[in-house]
Amino acid sequence: MNLYEKTAHELHELLTKKEISAVELTENIFSRIDEKESEIGAYITLTRDVAEKSARSVDEKISRGEKILPLEGIPCAIKDNICTKGIKTTCASKILANFVPPYDATAYKKLSAQNPVVLGKTNLDEFAMGGSTENSGFHVTKNPHDTTRVPGGSSGGSAAAVASGEAIFSLGSDTGGSIRQPASFCGVVGLKPTYGRVSRYGLVAYASSLDQIGPITRDVTDCANVLNAIAGHDEMDSTSTPANVPDFTKSLVADVKGLKIGLPKEYFVKGIDAEVEKSVRDAAKVFENLGAEIFEISLPHTEFAISTYYLIAPAEAATNLERYDGVSYGERIDGADVVDMMKNTRSKLFGEEVKRRIMIGNYALSAGYYDAYYLKALKVRTLIQKDFVDAFKNVDVILAPTAPTAAFKIGEMISNPLKMYLQDVFTVPLNLAGLPGISLPCGWTKNNLPIGFQLIGKALDEETILRAAFTYELQASSFKL
Amino acid sequence: MKVTENDVKVVASLSRLNIRDDEISDVIAQLDKFLTYVENLQAIDTEKIEPTTYPLPMQNIFRADEVKPSLNRELALSNAPLQEDGYFKVPRVLEE
Repeated sequence: MNLYEKTAHELHELLTKKEISAVELTENIFSRIDEKESEIGAYITLTRDVAEKSARSVDEKISRGEKILPLEGIPCAIKDNICTKGIKTTCASKILANFVPPYDATAYKKLSAQNPVVLGKTNLDEFAMGGSTENSGFHVTKNPHDTTRVPGGSSGGSAAAVASGEAIFSLGSDTGGSIRQPASFCGVVGLKPTYGRVSRYGLVAYASSLDQIGPITRDVTDCANVLNAIAGHDEMDSTSTPANVPDFTKSLVADVKGLKIGLPKEYFVKGIDAEVEKSVRDAAKVFENLGAEIFEISLPHTEFAISTYYLIAPAEAATNLERYDGVSYGERIDGADVVDMMKNTRSKLFGEEVKRRIMIGNYALSAGYYDAYYLKALKVRTLIQKDFVDAFKNVDVILAPTAPTAAFKIGEMISNPLKMYLQDVFTVPLNLAGLPGISLPCGWTKNNLPIGFQLIGKALDEETILRAAFTYELQASSFKL
Repeated sequence: MKVTENDVKVVASLSRLNIRDDEISDVIAQLDKFLTYVENLQAIDTEKIEPTTYPLPMQNIFRADEVKPSLNRELALSNAPLQEDGYFKVPRVLEE
């Protein structure tokens, strides 16, 4: 097996036993990048110098006989909406094409404390708005399993990098499914933590009440290790939770006996691909065979989640994106006066989907429409959240498909944004309710595309979904997915 | 619910976006389609429901009013398209 195919914890072993060096590992991944990147396009920026420097420092540490941390020397990629001091952070937008952050996002800073090897910044839908990475202002990322298909989005670059061996793990962000859906499309593991679990400081804001940073990895063990590295309260983010952070690797226990798992009937309805449905139901059977109890449950307001999300997220985005006005950062397109300059800058440098969401958001927030749209959506959000609270009175975990289909063709949905929005139907409810969810692979379509399912947990209960995911993964590896 | 030309102009102005006259009908159509799409929410009785702005309970965060180190001016200006004498430079705002 090539080094670039291994998990972080396997590579950690090899580094610790001095069977490989961090420099050798880094060179191995960069030659993989040289081989695959022109085909996949996972990255916006590569940071070879930074990577080689940290690899050397890890090797020095090992040669001094010091112990290394779990992610130390492991090659990783960072979604390009997470601020990295001194490294260009574009959000895949032309408006931030030259932006070099003067500070680090807290999640990145915490990860850096483990001294991983940062390979570069990955592609995304501009400002994380999209489910296919086709909305990038720079280029389209391809699905490593079929390069005529999308990798999902918005963290498409982060998921494709991990799936293609162009990174061992990555950070993504998830506002309406942007970690879980690309993880599902690319056949890797992706976790959206509970809202507030990971600091949003330095994550370029799309929709502040929904955004969360999380890991994209090869397996559940790596997922727990990366979550350990990035979770925790941060006084720079007033929405970050002061709740105690457990050691998530303690949840890597193969045991689901007596675990109550709910299958929401509203997630197995018309529109879901038959192969996906079968594969996800088979995953539930695996749990049942391992001693879990399966219940059919109801989340009655599921059908309203998309409308609710697509009013709230654009409203928050319209507000958050006001700051791109050609004054403090980014490129400027001149105009007759200040307002004209701002309009020219924004009109020329924002992409179509971003402008569409800004218009929708400001419409929903504007006088005369606020009550009917924005406020209405906030109230329905309460009902969606209550659905989960009620369901979790009877079950410990909810099991559902991550996306209604496997990866779709590039260009298939780009001209129909409303159809594209339906991709998010099973992922947005968690963001609206602030709940953690992990997507992991559960099978293949007959076209050899990965299928994923998600395990949804109670607020701040990443431990139970990690335990369930670990148990499933162990079992699934025995029948070779 | 029909979006008017005036709605589009007002919202475009709030959004600081230029919309050319020949684009207005497309934007109206897009917004109309979107509003029809989210129309299903109107059927839900939410009269007695409180809105949720954040998914987890939030409270005001207080701290002592102490000066702490922050970004220095040079770094804060490092991404500015135009700067002069330690300030962001913009086109003239006030008339002479």
